[in-house]
Amino acid sequence: MTYILIFISAVFINNVVLSQILGICPFLGVSKKIDTAMGMGISVTFVIAIATLVTFLLMNYILIPLNLQFMQTISFILVIAALVQMVEIILKKVSPALYQSLGVFLPLITTNCAVLGVAILVTQHEIYKESLLLSVVYAISTAIGFALALIIFAGIREQLNIANIPKAFKGMPIALVIAGILAMVFMGFTGIV
Amino acid sequence: MSKNLNILTNGILKENPVLVLLLGMCPTLGTTSSAINGFGMGIATAFVLICSNLVISLLKNIIPDKVRIPAFIVIIASFVTIVEMIMQAYMPPLYESLGLFIPLIVVNCIVLGRAEAFASKNTPLLSILDGVGMGAGFTLALTVLGSIREFLGTGKIFDISIYPENYGLLTFVLAPGAFIVLGFLIVIVNKLKTTKN
Amino acid sequence: MEKLKSSFKNMLLSLASISIVVASLLALVYEMTKEPIAQAEKQKQENAIKEVVPDFNNNPAEEKFKVEIEGDSLTVFPAKQDGKLVGIAVETNTAKGFSGEIKIMVGFDIDGMVKNYAVLKHAETPGLGAKMQEWFSNSSKPNQNVVNRKWNNNVKVKKDGGEIDAITAATITSRAFVDALNRAYEAYVKVIEHDSEKQKYTE
Repeated sequence: MTYILIFISAVFINNVVLSQILGICPFLGVSKKIDTAMGMGISVTFVIAIATLVTFLLMNYILIPLNLQFMQTISFILVIAALVQMVEIILKKVSPALYQSLGVFLPLITTNCAVLGVAILVTQHEIYKESLLLSVVYAISTAIGFALALIIFAGIREQLNIANIPKAFKGMPIALVIAGILAMVFMGFTGIV
Repeated sequence: MSKNLNILTNGILKENPVLVLLLGMCPTLGTTSSAINGFGMGIATAFVLICSNLVISLLKNIIPDKVRIPAFIVIIASFVTIVEMIMQAYMPPLYESLGLFIPLIVVNCIVLGRAEAFASKNTPLLSILDGVGMGAGFTLALTVLGSIREFLGTGKIFDISIYPENYGLLTFVLAPGAFIVLGFLIVIVNKLKTTKN
Repeated sequence: MEKLKSSFKNMLLSLASISIVVASLLALVYEMTKEPIAQAEKQKQENAIKEVVPDFNNNPAEEKFKVEIEGDSLTVFPAKQDGKLVGIAVETNTAKGFSGEIKIMVGFDIDGMVKNYAVLKHAETPGLGAKMQEWFSNSSKPNQNVVNRKWNNNVKVKKDGGEIDAITAATITSRAFVDALNRAYEAYVKVIEHDSEKQKYTE
């Protein structure tokens, strides 16, 4: 039951993009087509899950025992950057086909603040900081929420291409206004858990 | 001298990182629920930006090209951690309201972007000016955005009451308001740019 | 000065030396700010305790202990006057908020009356923290006031069939607030009402 609650809460209620406002750059940048949005969504899910797993272990078995919590930000971002590189290299060797479709997104993920954000969040949250399993479930749910928001948003933006928009609104502004309305829609989920 | 002045004012208006270059969207949207939060975030980012710009331009010759990005990230992350600790010690209320977004300055594209595009190619003096200009532009944009949202949402600006709170539209303080207000701000900037040309 | 070539030796040396300098700098700042950070947190906790319990002359923060409640444990700060227990402050929390955890310090006197409360941390809409602080302690509105209310297991907001008026347009937050107080009360019951437990906790 806990797992289902975590999942619903992270995907819908506290959606990482539309409610917590993390990972906005890829949300606005890679959402022009549904295909690329899906690719980005899958890559982010993959990286967030591994990154949270590794940073959780790093935090609990290295930084806290050595009393080095103040190195958290610096070590987390380095781990994430290295991890993204590694995933890229491994993917290239193991599954060239998958690399073909996801490869272009991987370098962008290092600066996706949702990845670092989730890694830091689970170290602060009372429930997650003690359980590796719950942390990873939370991380994956968050990433699925990211992918969901991204795909819905991309679907809307594809339709937008044929709409008649005032010149000053073209591009980013109209995208932001739509994201705002989408965020309002997601507010409707509040309170269901 | 005029070149220095140019670099300084460049980031504030012509190349405003938020409203024109559209960088650093996460903190821009996430921390501007009130004018003071936006301002605090702006100052924290500006501090990191100025320090990292200075250090990177000083060290640019001893950092080999191939490892420059990890080196930049380490330098930026350390200044972010310093800001975090200082805020936690001396400004606990602000630290709590900005929360997660302070460590996330590390992944703010503006900071790494200026390091790569400017500080790694220019002298320390110019890099500081660039940092001050970009930092001021960022702070300005965040403060304006925060003020508008606070005004529409709660009837206050910098906690000074302008109209009764009950008439405020709370949505503007929440996530949707962030997206919508920023969208309209960029429209205004676009409009100004086209009429100027 | 010539720019260093990207040879393996140079890369390793420059990254390593930057890391060492940075790490020692951070350790220095950490040492410098450790004291003020701890001080600020302690101050906040002490102020909250002082606000919510009857007059005391011991140091509740030093005598704090954990009390197990259903599936969780809360920290209790006993307030004593000349060695005699006069009330307890409970640092309680709830996950039922609009957007995540709410932390509240609640004070009960020895009879289970809520003396006062202080909202320590919340992730609700900005401004709702202040609203919670004034709404539920408004002595001219008995239906929403919780201060000086004899608490029991059955306090709920009106929407759930209880007696507490929820904050206008913030039922979820109000519900969470009441939930946090109920959890605190659970801890209170364990400490005060069960004689055997009381012995265990107050000696």
